[in-house]
Amino acid sequence: MAQAAAHHSHDHDHGHHDPQELKMLGFWIFLVTDVILFSTLFATFVVLRNSTAGGPGGAELFNMTGVIIETFLLLTSSFTSGLAVLAMNKGSMKGLINWLIVTAILGLGFIGFEVYEFVELVHEGANFGTSAFLSAFFTLVGTHGLHVSLGLVWMIGLMFQLKKRGLTPETKGKVSALSLYWHFLDAVWIFLLTVVYLMGVM
Amino acid sequence: MLDKIKEFASTFFVTGDPMIYGADVSIALATIGIVFVLTYFKKWGWLWKNWLTTVDHKKVGIMYILAAILMLFRGGVDALLMRLQLATPDVTLLHPEHYNQIFTTHGTIMILFMAMPLMFGLFNIAVPLQIGARDVAFPFLNALSFWLFFMGAMLFNLSFVIGGSPDAGWLSYPPLSELQFSPGVGQNFYIWGIQISGIGSLATGINFIVTIIKMRAPGMTWMKMPVFTWSVFSSCVIIIFAFPILTITLALLFLDRFGGGHFFTLDFGGNPMMYINLIWMWGHPEVYIVVIPAFGIYSEVISVFSKKKLFGYKSMVYAMFMIAILSFFTWAHHFFTMGSGADVNAFFAISTMVIAIPTGVKVFNWLFTMYRGKITFKTPMMWAIAFIPNFLIAGLTGVMLSVAPADFQFHNSYFLVAHFHSALIGGVVFGYLAGLYYWWPKMFGFTLPETPGKWAFWFWNIGFYVCFIPQYSLGLMGMTRRLSTYGWDTGWQPLNLVSTVGAFLMGIGFLFQVLQILLGIKNFRKLKDTTGDPWDGHTLEWSIPSPAPEYNFATIPQVEERDDWWAEKDKRAKGIFRKQPPIEAIHMPKNSAIPFIMSVFFFIAGFGFVFGWSFFYIPGLIGVAICMICRSFFSYDGDYYIPADEVKRTEAAIRGSV
Ligand code: HEM
Ligand SMILES: [Cu+2]
Repeated sequence: MAQAAAHHSHDHDHGHHDPQELKMLGFWIFLVTDVILFSTLFATFVVLRNSTAGGPGGAELFNMTGVIIETFLLLTSSFTSGLAVLAMNKGSMKGLINWLIVTAILGLGFIGFEVYEFVELVHEGANFGTSAFLSAFFTLVGTHGLHVSLGLVWMIGLMFQLKKRGLTPETKGKVSALSLYWHFLDAVWIFLLTVVYLMGVM
Repeated sequence: MLDKIKEFASTFFVTGDPMIYGADVSIALATIGIVFVLTYFKKWGWLWKNWLTTVDHKKVGIMYILAAILMLFRGGVDALLMRLQLATPDVTLLHPEHYNQIFTTHGTIMILFMAMPLMFGLFNIAVPLQIGARDVAFPFLNALSFWLFFMGAMLFNLSFVIGGSPDAGWLSYPPLSELQFSPGVGQNFYIWGIQISGIGSLATGINFIVTIIKMRAPGMTWMKMPVFTWSVFSSCVIIIFAFPILTITLALLFLDRFGGGHFFTLDFGGNPMMYINLIWMWGHPEVYIVVIPAFGIYSEVISVFSKKKLFGYKSMVYAMFMIAILSFFTWAHHFFTMGSGADVNAFFAISTMVIAIPTGVKVFNWLFTMYRGKITFKTPMMWAIAFIPNFLIAGLTGVMLSVAPADFQFHNSYFLVAHFHSALIGGVVFGYLAGLYYWWPKMFGFTLPETPGKWAFWFWNIGFYVCFIPQYSLGLMGMTRRLSTYGWDTGWQPLNLVSTVGAFLMGIGFLFQVLQILLGIKNFRKLKDTTGDPWDGHTLEWSIPSPAPEYNFATIPQVEERDDWWAEKDKRAKGIFRKQPPIEAIHMPKNSAIPFIMSVFFFIAGFGFVFGWSFFYIPGLIGVAICMICRSFFSYDGDYYIPADEVKRTEAAIRGSV
């Protein structure tokens, strides 16, 4: 950020603000709102988890092998997104891009498994409208999956921007925000794993 | 073929009611009129460049306020129709279904499309100026928030003439709002209108929190910050905790209706009571989201027009924050009668009563501020004073409602209707009107004429009591809310008639305000605010010319005191002048068309979801995505500099000299 500071320092005395700092704070607050969003979904799930209306429950449905592979993929991708930021801080564009590619592939794998799992469930006759429990399950897990998918689109777009613009304060800020977002999704997944799957099969 | 079109049109457009044909005609005429005027005076470019693509917080604020006043009119007409229907027994102006639609749209519009945007308008006008900033933290996002609100509101209003209005109440309780019991598209309009504008509200919350934390002028510590800004901060904190809950609640209801889910249905394990909990976890804090900024305005106005510092500034701030936190622990008082059990009810009854304490603190502070003050009775001050006795009534009846066992009597009666209107009109609307009068000169560069304003004030005020006081009695006499007609044998006729008269008095008050604005525009030159400080204000927004130049402050002020501008004037009177730093080039955000275009795509997507038309919602969603990607790719050159020379020239022109 030394470059950023140099670039903007003359602005400070006439009331200009470091845009990267503002954006980062804004992004943190956005994550707070996302936490509330997920909490609401979790609460809904917990209320409805036994409302299977005579249909199948978590114990019968969940395929834990798939879930464990998903967990492994996502946790690893969170780690590699950290490595991407480390490479960026070292000023290595190549390392950054490569680690982002690895992260994206792992994320894609996660989504692939999740979609497969959903399709399986539907084949077994456990679909979104079968019971309140399943509505809540698909919505909660699906919302997380949607977040991961959006993160992937963002990641790919960002790689193009990095190619075009190089490492500037702006692109660096975007990478930091993305990595923060990715770790956040990881944390949400841990809760999902516990509340939805582990407690579901217990 | 022709028959098919006819058949489609007769289900698509709402038909069979003269009022709706009237609305069709007036919408068509207004559209033609606007298009004609813009074309005739060659104003399209001007409109696009100065308004539709602007990211200037002051202009965004003005657009919010304009839209909100339009919505106040629509919601007000709804209210008058309902009151006409209830004026005497057996009136058949509105059929029961139509009455249901009207109270639903009235409530929704008043809270989400009138109070919220009016509030956001005032945030935009005042906050950056009060904290000595050139802008909000994210000007692009700010414009986007506005357009999302606007498109959401338009989508909601469209339901009146296309498809049919929602009719399950302003909070759309299931199972009534489920597909099974509300098969029409009205509920979908409700869901998407609110959802789209709700995203905007959430973004505004984030935006102003960052603005207030990061962009205060140097020297403005937290405890030197103007009270209104404090109130905005508290309100935004509530927004970021409450609005995600609303987003999810509406999304789940939509999934039930659209995707065959069973969150809130009666069958397959759904739980309607969960919706009621969720919606009030947003709904109760929402009331405080809109009222806390009004408290902020009262504090500013009362201290300025009493020529005194605000009494108990710190306790004011703490009280606001306490109210913000407590507002999340009271939601169940909206359904004491719905079987939660004695212990739960007791908890929520007590937490509700506790809110009366910080509120009481504030009222005493306002009274002490006025005590021995040199009060001038300008319109903003009149609204602020009128609020106090009224809020006492609203507060006392609120405490009565919070007594859980007693609520079994009041619940969903006209007593409740009277209570929440006292709070919402006497607290929120009066506050925003005070704010509007107060900041009007800062927005437009002239003050509004006082005489028609005073007429408006008295009509509104007297009308307000005449309308709502009888309703307390009606509630105790057993009249329930959402009732479309009643019989002579009930004995409710006289009080209802009085109440309707009161509603019309308020309507006349509104007309006086319109007249006031027109007269103000006509006598613009005479009413011009040349000082920039027509009320002898305390805070920084009054230290710059009216209307504020696009960059707000030519040089960023260095803040020393709590009421910095007031202190500064004192010093200047004593001949002590602060050294002004030299004027430098100013960094400004560029206009952008993306917020507007993206919101149009949101509208298209929302419209598609309302009717379940994939050929609308898929392109709409794709458009939204493309706009986001464009924004991300173009965000690198979103700003420019105004050269120092140009700033100097502008300042010289508006101030006469530098
Ligand atoms: C200007 C004068 C107003 C009048 C005469 C008026 C009148 C009414 C009437 C007659 C009802 C229907 C009561 C029922 O049948 O249950 C109603 C409901 C309601 N009003 Fe107003 N109103 C006014 C202003 C406002 C304002 C400013 C707000 C909010 C900021 C507001 C919010 C509501 C809400 C939330 C409902 C409940 C709707 C529902 O039951 O779903 N009103 N009003
Ligand atoms: Cu409440």
